[in-house]
Amino acid sequence: MSTLSEAVAETVARPARRMPRRRLFSPGLLAALPVLALLAIGFLAPLIAVTAFSFAEPRSFTVFGAPTLENYRTIFSPANTVYLSFVWSLVFAALAVVLLALLCYPVAYGLAHIFGRWANLITLLLVFPLFISENIRLFGWVLFFIKNGVLDGTLKSLFGLELQSILFTPPVIVFGMVYVYLPFMLFPMVLGLSMVPREVVEAAGDLGASRLQTFREVELPLAMPGFIIGGLLTFVLAVGAVAESKVLGGQSVIVITHDIEIAFTYAQNWPLGAALSVLLTAVVGTLVLLVLRYLDLDRILGRR
Amino acid sequence: MGGPGNSRGPSRMGSWIGAWTLLVIVFLYLPVACGVLASLSQSRYFGFPITQWSTRWWQRTVDSIEIGILIQTSVLIALMVTAVSVVLAFMGALAFARYDWRGRKIFQRIVLLPIFFPQAVLGLALLLWFNTLGLPLSWKTAVFAHLVWIVPIATLIISIQVYSFDAALEEAALDLGATRWQVLREVTLPVLGPGIFSGALFAFLLSWGNFPLSLYTTGADSTVPEYLYAKMVAGYTPGVPTLGALTTGGAAVILMLGYVSWIFMRRAQGR
Repeated sequence: MSTLSEAVAETVARPARRMPRRRLFSPGLLAALPVLALLAIGFLAPLIAVTAFSFAEPRSFTVFGAPTLENYRTIFSPANTVYLSFVWSLVFAALAVVLLALLCYPVAYGLAHIFGRWANLITLLLVFPLFISENIRLFGWVLFFIKNGVLDGTLKSLFGLELQSILFTPPVIVFGMVYVYLPFMLFPMVLGLSMVPREVVEAAGDLGASRLQTFREVELPLAMPGFIIGGLLTFVLAVGAVAESKVLGGQSVIVITHDIEIAFTYAQNWPLGAALSVLLTAVVGTLVLLVLRYLDLDRILGRR
Repeated sequence: MGGPGNSRGPSRMGSWIGAWTLLVIVFLYLPVACGVLASLSQSRYFGFPITQWSTRWWQRTVDSIEIGILIQTSVLIALMVTAVSVVLAFMGALAFARYDWRGRKIFQRIVLLPIFFPQAVLGLALLLWFNTLGLPLSWKTAVFAHLVWIVPIATLIISIQVYSFDAALEEAALDLGATRWQVLREVTLPVLGPGIFSGALFAFLLSWGNFPLSLYTTGADSTVPEYLYAKMVAGYTPGVPTLGALTTGGAAVILMLGYVSWIFMRRAQGR
């Protein structure tokens, strides 16, 4: 997490050496300062606090004791099954990303190239669910899937069918993640696809490429940055998701963020929760920093 | 390669894509519709098909003083978040997309980090941090927590508009003798208006619907999503989907009004 201080140090120090007075603060840095200050106090500092807490005495509520590795020892001891939560979260997130890519691609393609003047209205319809709290929407699915709910009741009264409800099983957790994170995959995909010039695709067709070839060798590579952002964003959010497993999964599986929550609330063991958070942050952070290094954001967002 | 196959192909594909998109939209709204159905049921426990319809849970929800306070808290937080986000994100977007400065690339990545971060973990981290500082938790700490997540998003949204902004306009104004402040007020702000407006709309609505950050940072105060979650876990009544539908309706009205005024703003600019 040293990038923030590096950025500030670099931007402040270098111009200062060359032009002592006037360029101490370039307009860009000046404009960036409020956001940087907010993120320093509201993002970097809390993460440092969490890291500090992860080395505190188990079950203590202060960071000002002698540092200890006890919390990490607990997590990595062979008797502890918390690694299962990590595995579940990673598997669920990976499945959700694959399903979302398949589900969203046609819609993104339509928004970028086909829907034309309808695209704005369709976008609005697809964005709106983001503004409804996720637990309200997930609860709607509970009403849909539950025994005597909308699905069960309809099947019973129309066909006399009675099915086992999928509610409170692991697959429905993935279903919930696909549902909640759909816009986060879709819109980066649209950005990516609109980076592909139509002429290039047409040219490929004129030169005799099949539709599949055009997709694989022209569209996909050109649209890749958008797809990568969408995949990364949904993966990261799904790894940290907790509402899906609590509301829809009925705690049939404990995901990692749920373990963290339990440590912070019922168990009253903040240092253990902090250590788990540090591990999760390390996984997520490594992935994000690795991928972001290779993306040119000016190109992705600059397109209209 | 003209050929009948080629000209028929895309339009058939177009209708498949249209149908698929329609299914996705139905998928997105199906649970919302289930919530509305459940709110109109007379009986305390949900069963489908609904045998007795009633609006009494709507009546109760609208009359409830407790829920009035919840809505007030949620709106207050959302308004504060919007006001601060717009200012910070506008400046941030200039640094993100407009000015060429050393450290811009790093700044762009820093802005993305809170978005690419699990919100529940961010909420807990902020809880720990506030506790370390000895700050009492209330709606004010929740405003700050929302800002950490929403300012970066608003910055991105405004940046997209800033990218399409022609810097020559500002320079022309400067050459004609305008001061920096005049340029900002009379050239930059009006041109970037629609982007700033979209940023504000997103800030308000995302704060209004937020649950994971509010959960750990509001202390004794409570927002609508928090209250609903508590009731879902223990103590379901049809009042739960009713309040859910009510907040959804509120957000829909705001989004519609916002969308219409956004269109007018674009028209006024002659785009």
